[in-house]
Amino acid sequence: MSVATSVAAPPASGTAARTNNRGGRLRRKISDNLTAYLMMAGGLICFALFSWYPIVRAFLLAFQKTNFVGVSHWVGWNNFRQLFGDPEFAAAWRNTFEFTGFALLVGFAIPFVLAVVLNEMRHAKSLFRLLVYLPVMVPPVVTAILWKWFYDPGQGLFNEVLRALHLPTSSWVYSTGTAVISLVLVSTWSNMGSTVLVYLAALQGIPADLYEAAELDGANIFQRVRHVTVPQTRYVLLMLMLLQIVATMQVFTEPFIITGGGPQDATISVLYLIYKYAFVYFNYGGACALSIMLFVFLGIFSAFYLRLTRTND
Amino acid sequence: MRTPTTRRLAALALAAGSTLGLVACSSSNDSSGSNGDVSITVNCWPPTSDPIDRKNFSDDIASFEKIHPNIHITPKDEYPCDDPKTFQAKLAGGQMENVFYVYYTDIASVVANGQAADISDYVKDVKGLSDIQPSTLSVFKGPDGKYYGLPRTNYSMGLIYNRALFTQAGLDPNKPPTTWADVQADAKKISALGNGVVGYADYSSGNQGGWHYTAEIYSQGGSMVTADGKHANFDNAQGKAVLQNLQQMRWTDNSMGSKQLLTQTDVLPMMGSGKLGMYIAAPDNLPILVKQYGGSYENLGIGPMPGDKSTLLGGDGYMFNVKDTPAQIQAGIQWLQYEELTPGQGQFNYQRAASEKSPVGLPEPDLWNGSTADADAQAKTKYANVPQENYSAFESAMKTMPGKIEPPDAQQIYSVLDNVMSGVLTNQNANIDSLLSDASAKVDNLLANQ
Repeated sequence: MSVATSVAAPPASGTAARTNNRGGRLRRKISDNLTAYLMMAGGLICFALFSWYPIVRAFLLAFQKTNFVGVSHWVGWNNFRQLFGDPEFAAAWRNTFEFTGFALLVGFAIPFVLAVVLNEMRHAKSLFRLLVYLPVMVPPVVTAILWKWFYDPGQGLFNEVLRALHLPTSSWVYSTGTAVISLVLVSTWSNMGSTVLVYLAALQGIPADLYEAAELDGANIFQRVRHVTVPQTRYVLLMLMLLQIVATMQVFTEPFIITGGGPQDATISVLYLIYKYAFVYFNYGGACALSIMLFVFLGIFSAFYLRLTRTND
Repeated sequence: MRTPTTRRLAALALAAGSTLGLVACSSSNDSSGSNGDVSITVNCWPPTSDPIDRKNFSDDIASFEKIHPNIHITPKDEYPCDDPKTFQAKLAGGQMENVFYVYYTDIASVVANGQAADISDYVKDVKGLSDIQPSTLSVFKGPDGKYYGLPRTNYSMGLIYNRALFTQAGLDPNKPPTTWADVQADAKKISALGNGVVGYADYSSGNQGGWHYTAEIYSQGGSMVTADGKHANFDNAQGKAVLQNLQQMRWTDNSMGSKQLLTQTDVLPMMGSGKLGMYIAAPDNLPILVKQYGGSYENLGIGPMPGDKSTLLGGDGYMFNVKDTPAQIQAGIQWLQYEELTPGQGQFNYQRAASEKSPVGLPEPDLWNGSTADADAQAKTKYANVPQENYSAFESAMKTMPGKIEPPDAQQIYSVLDNVMSGVLTNQNANIDSLLSDASAKVDNLLANQ
């Protein structure tokens, strides 16, 4: 039918006819998808109001001085200049990079090893998976308070255990030298469960015959991991690494609850400094300027990372 | 089976519902009156977790409305009463109550930002205004000399101590230390009791380290900022003396325990459970120690701020929304006078408090002057149910010790000084000169950008 119609129709000639055709197609498309557009409208309005508008507003506020009540003033790059003059600014970035570096070393490797071990287990698999996942179910604030007690240099769990074993104790989060790594341990413990589950899912997708072939070739467990497991889970590993870097660069709960950014700014993070600018100093322009800097940094990093990993595919 | 039209209608309803839901989120705060009636909202209604005080507040509103039938008060129980994190947002969103609670530390910025109404024309209606201590009343005056609020309570920092630990350590519980050298010596003896007992504790996190540093430099005769409020003024002998004293107690005497980065939520349980000898605090900590942390009034004493040059003053009160009508301001002032500023009623109804087993006889609030102060003290003593003799050292010292208000932009400055306190208390080799110099530069920068 449609063929006959199209054959019978006069040949399209001239701009008006083409425009009519395009307009008709557009109307038909809209009409066909009206239900979908309406279904999306609620979500889009929510995103626009609560995500996109605040992002745009943050960009504007970064160049303003405001208290949200009086008149806002444009201050150009002043908020950024003020940040660069703040000694906490450099400390916050340094600590955040340090935290991210340690989190990659500890928080990336341990879950992967745990996932491999869990995958190899023959008995009580479910029980161990549950045990590994349990900390994820503990609210982050509860986790932080719990670990604050663990780290108490006097009667805290860790030092009590070390004393019982006649080992030297540590100041944990109460020393500038060990504070960041101590917070990384908290973060790793509380977030490891989810990462392990993703790795496990990836590991279980590896065809068993690859391992069998490797075993036939005489590969030991380390060689099997290196030549089968890692290449087969490469995409998951790369994606999780990106997500982990983006997440750890935004560390807030642990320094906020456990150390308050101390001692001597040793654990102040970029996000915590944003919080301080907004809700301690009430310098909303400064807070937005720093947020924009973090946003731009993570955006560029993510784009670069994705391009790099894609190029190597 | 659903038709495409049905699906479209459902989607339309969903979209419209979302939009309407969002619109409904932004309600207006109507507080206008008619026919001479005035409606006001007042915050800091005690929370449901404090049923006795909550009921008293509600009962007082009912009694007040009987006397003033044209005034209608709606209490709001948002807790904490003054949360700096939501303060600006509430003001900006038009959600701030007509009569709103503030700490002394917030008053200057609220006035500077034009967020409070000038009540100078109406303050004269407050009966017994001259009986309120001028130092407390003046906190609510702006730089233009106008009144922007009224006080509710005041406090002065002192030294809370555990009388039982004093006795066990061979110290006289009726003679708390009055100099920092005494504090150091007593803390050493108390910590020598062992069993996890800490001689003296101090804050170094959550802006509270800076707050205590301020109290301690005041006690040494110093100040945090210059007289014009434009520069830091703590990188000097008094500032160093505070830190040297703490450094010696923490590292030489080992009388401050090993856990640091403490805030009030860490120290109060230590004191309540009998594991701490002394810490700097105002008398308002005493009921918290007893009600929430297992302390007993018999076992707790408060002495004057060591060093006795001056003590840090603080407190709270109420200000008026800049959008209030004159009628609302007058109604609010009448309510505050009834509930907060009349001896024998509202917060000063000692008879009711004693019958409810609430503490009566604590040294503060101490709002009054002259004969009103005497009458208040007599009423307090009549219904006292706490051992007032445990506070006599504090009370007698407060008659002569000058009080000093917190610095401008206090919370920001405290945040900077947290680092100095945590530096000394967590690092044995902390360089005091360098810590003070860095903090001073930061505060200068902060004040320059206000």
